[in-house]
Amino acid sequence: MENKIDYGKIEKNAKVRKTVVNVITYTLLAFWAVVVLFPFYWMILTSVKGYGEYNSEYIPKFFTLSPTMQNYVDAFTTVSLGRYLTNTVIFTIATTAIMLVVITLAAFAFARLDFKGKNIAFVIFLSLMMIPNELVIITNYVTITNLDMRNTFQGLILPSVTSVFYIYLLKENFEQIPDSLYYAAKVDGTSDLKYLLKVMIPISKPTLVTVTILKIIECWNSYVWPRLITDDENYYLVSNGIQEIRENGFGRENIPAMMAAVVVISLPLIVLFLVFRKQIMEGVSRGGTKG
Amino acid sequence: MMKKILKNNNLKGWLYLLPAILFLGVFMVYPLIDVFIYSFEEGYNFASQTYQGVGLYNYSYVLHDPYFLQAVKNTFILVIITVPLSTGIALLISVGLSSVEKLRNLFQTIYFLPYVTNTLAVGLVFMILFKKTAYSDGLINLIIGWFGGSTVDFIDGPYWAKMFVLCFYTVWVVLPFKILILTSALSSVNQQYYNAAKVDGTSKFRTFMRITLPMISPMIFYLVITGFIGAFKAYSDVVALFGTDLNAAEMNTIVGYVYDMLYGDSGGYPSYASAAAIILFAIVLTITCINLLISKKNVHY
Repeated sequence: MENKIDYGKIEKNAKVRKTVVNVITYTLLAFWAVVVLFPFYWMILTSVKGYGEYNSEYIPKFFTLSPTMQNYVDAFTTVSLGRYLTNTVIFTIATTAIMLVVITLAAFAFARLDFKGKNIAFVIFLSLMMIPNELVIITNYVTITNLDMRNTFQGLILPSVTSVFYIYLLKENFEQIPDSLYYAAKVDGTSDLKYLLKVMIPISKPTLVTVTILKIIECWNSYVWPRLITDDENYYLVSNGIQEIRENGFGRENIPAMMAAVVVISLPLIVLFLVFRKQIMEGVSRGGTKG
Repeated sequence: MMKKILKNNNLKGWLYLLPAILFLGVFMVYPLIDVFIYSFEEGYNFASQTYQGVGLYNYSYVLHDPYFLQAVKNTFILVIITVPLSTGIALLISVGLSSVEKLRNLFQTIYFLPYVTNTLAVGLVFMILFKKTAYSDGLINLIIGWFGGSTVDFIDGPYWAKMFVLCFYTVWVVLPFKILILTSALSSVNQQYYNAAKVDGTSKFRTFMRITLPMISPMIFYLVITGFIGAFKAYSDVVALFGTDLNAAEMNTIVGYVYDMLYGDSGGYPSYASAAAIILFAIVLTITCINLLISKKNVHY
């Protein structure tokens, strides 16, 4: 009899304990989720508040009863947000496209072809991974200035079209494709380029997609290089655009319009993330860092 | 026969590599050599591209520049606060995440959001949350008021307040990456170890200290190293919060100093910029080496 009661008590205690731990864990997780989400909520909320409404709130309100789209209209008409977006799209697409060609060719050479000096070349490539951008950006700035490519898309794009890390990632992927496929293609008289296009690229599509998305994120957010290389507003990307809007745009007090611009700039990447969530998180955990 | 086909690739191999070599050569290898040359050329004139002599003057100038010293101080404070803090919080959240099943995916997705946002754009939101203007004290000050504190202008106010916002924003920005890495590290720990511990009746805390932590220590260490490197290069988050004139705000960082020397109102001095960049690189290299030495003793592979 007594034993039975004891077991029940122990079980109950364990259950209570588990519940307590669970509650604490969920509270912690939910708290951080709120910290992460709140700035996004605040940005959207502010962007739909009217100018007068926002400025009359000495104590900010957590909701609005009269949302307005006027700020979004202002963001596109008063400042050149549309131009910044177009520039960024052009920059992102061009950089990513050229980079894909460059890294695919290089990765193919390292993974599939056999030539003198390959190993040395690969070691040199790998050691370039350790060089911080801050060291080379100074000379690049001088180079681009001397080439008269400031305020041009070439100047913006050219220095960022190679990535040693992505070459490495792709090479590893290419190497997993069995040799026998290559020999079979060779016997059939398929050229290397055709083999690359028809066999290797389709097989490595997941990695290529990951690389593409990571590069798009990087391009969309790039700030330092565009800032150095453009001082003509017509060539600003979104990061510089938002900085320009902040300092000279609507006037310092029109925060709601500023927030509308922030929402417009942030939205494309968030949508991209929600669509390609798995690929992005997998790609980043394989070696992306923010920076 | 096969050998022969493969041997003919000498020229072809280099041809496929050519675009990459060209771009890396022009925009990485050459600049790397050049930055050292710049840093030793004294009195370099950007317009005429001439210099007067060779020596260590640029380094001495930079090391005596109060703006640079301020930038070094700011950067070190930022690094010392945010790296341990963000790694710790990330560990706490990841352990929490891996101990629950419901809503895990949702939480993971939310936590990752800051990674895909534009640092400059979201920085503006933080500025508005923390800023105190004539029209409003701002939301954070409102919350401080609820708890009976007195209001502070976090953006244009005292130094510690500005540093607080910067550290907070930095942690917010870097956490997604760390949480992601630690969550996948935790899920890759072999379940058998936990089962064995359970059979032995080991307490949860002891299991964590003796099994989980050693098993994921390589990843924690990887995060500490990349965290140090990343934090030393802080720049765009700072611009997002305090604007481009960081020297005036007393919030410049080393990287910010490099760019200010290169460009903008105070710019036009690639030699000083180069010297400062090399000093930064030396600092980062030293700290990474120290980290590696410590890890050899404490990390279990």
